[in-house]
Amino acid sequence: MINFLYNFLSIPLVHIIVALVAILAFIGLNGVVLVYMERKVAGFIQRRPGPYEVGPQGLLQPVADALKLLGKQLTSPMGADKILFWSAPIISFAPVVVCFLPIPFGPSQNSTGMELNLGLLLVLAFSGINVFALCMTGWGSNNKYSLLGAARAVSQSVAYEIPLLLAVLSIAFQTGSLNLSEIVSSQQGVIHWNIFMQPLAFIIYFISATAETNRAPFDLPEAESELTAGFHTEYSGMTFGLFFLAEYAYMIVVCSVATALFLGGWDGPFFDGFWWFLFKVYSLMLVLMWFRWTYPRVRFDQLLNICWKWLIPLSVLNLILTAFFYKTGTLKC
Amino acid sequence: MLKDISKTLIGLWSLIIGLKITGKEFFKPWLTIHYPRQEVKNLNTYRGHIELTGQEADPWVPKCVMCGRCAEICPSGCIHIEFHIAGEEDSSQTEKILIGVGVEIPFSGKKFVPTAKIERELDIFNLNYNLCSLCGLCVQNCPVDSIKFSKDVYLAGRSRQDFEYDLLKRLKKQG
Repeated sequence: MINFLYNFLSIPLVHIIVALVAILAFIGLNGVVLVYMERKVAGFIQRRPGPYEVGPQGLLQPVADALKLLGKQLTSPMGADKILFWSAPIISFAPVVVCFLPIPFGPSQNSTGMELNLGLLLVLAFSGINVFALCMTGWGSNNKYSLLGAARAVSQSVAYEIPLLLAVLSIAFQTGSLNLSEIVSSQQGVIHWNIFMQPLAFIIYFISATAETNRAPFDLPEAESELTAGFHTEYSGMTFGLFFLAEYAYMIVVCSVATALFLGGWDGPFFDGFWWFLFKVYSLMLVLMWFRWTYPRVRFDQLLNICWKWLIPLSVLNLILTAFFYKTGTLKC
Repeated sequence: MLKDISKTLIGLWSLIIGLKITGKEFFKPWLTIHYPRQEVKNLNTYRGHIELTGQEADPWVPKCVMCGRCAEICPSGCIHIEFHIAGEEDSSQTEKILIGVGVEIPFSGKKFVPTAKIERELDIFNLNYNLCSLCGLCVQNCPVDSIKFSKDVYLAGRSRQDFEYDLLKRLKKQG
């Protein structure tokens, strides 16, 4: 029976469908867990308990929030472009599911949704679609806050995609592959993790990823104090919920890619397995939350200055040095 | 160029210090309390509505000497006092003396100069907390410290009448 299931799962189409369903379940569950985690972290850093009343230790609070969002009426503002307005949340959420496909969660073949030679490229390409969705919300909402938020989102994402790509590219230079599973299996043993080889690339990647996912201190597209809620000002109920889910899912994607590229993926000091992968991903998430509750939001010119004046030159330098050392054979893959 | 780089490095170091501070705060105990299950303890400085203090010998009887200064000075006119002269056994028969805003006080100023000590008994000491602005003038001006701020933090009511207090009754309950 188990053998039959195993064989059945190895049919590519079945494998992808099962993987997609599992990913969707993971994204939903993950949203619940991360909302709770974020609010608890915020609470503890500000020395208060965070959600506490719903369920034991407030564990059911995200469920209550989700039910509230599901029950809300969906409205669209007067003068809004209906097609753009209603399709934007779906376009924001749909590509994130694909981004999970090439990520190797564990050592076995079945823990990767789809083995792809260009897995890394797929993740980067599909995560770019989110910007398009934000652009649509800005134009479709017929609201000045949404428009400003979308304009910010676009310029921010375009700027930070460059250092992100360059940092990722230096890892690709080093391992000679864009397949995430191969990159992970090339760094067996803690000493061989790429973070020790490419610390600068990791820092650049992580900063750019924070900006790409619109996380504080780079959360200008949804800056509450300036733009009420930024690009999703006009969205209510589950349309807002979709943006929210997508945002958390993208955070998991960038953290997963960071884990696979720099932290050895599912490789650990002992007992290799998916638990190490999840542990690393959630640790990185914790760091992102820690950032959010530590740093104030940057100004827009500062945001772009960090990118164009520091991150891009540094990542280019990092890339050139990587290429030089590996081409001349000073360092081996 | 070098200056810029050193400035950036110093800035980066300050970011790490920031993380250190919030990281430390993360592990410290909470400062807030769960209200319905716990209550704050340091209410010494809390200024709630006023209440009467009892005599040391007899905590049911207020220290009040019925001078009426509190009612007189109250800018909102929320204190209402009535008393009668002691000795006249049936207090319902005697004329109650009312002190308050807009009421002529018969014993203050030149109109009434007591020649001997007059024993008075307090009949009514009412507070209309709806009007009170918590200025504290009554507490400051009481010559015998008969009025103090209560520590009633968790006040809640459904109607205006809930905030009209009979302070004499309250003192008797507390005693």
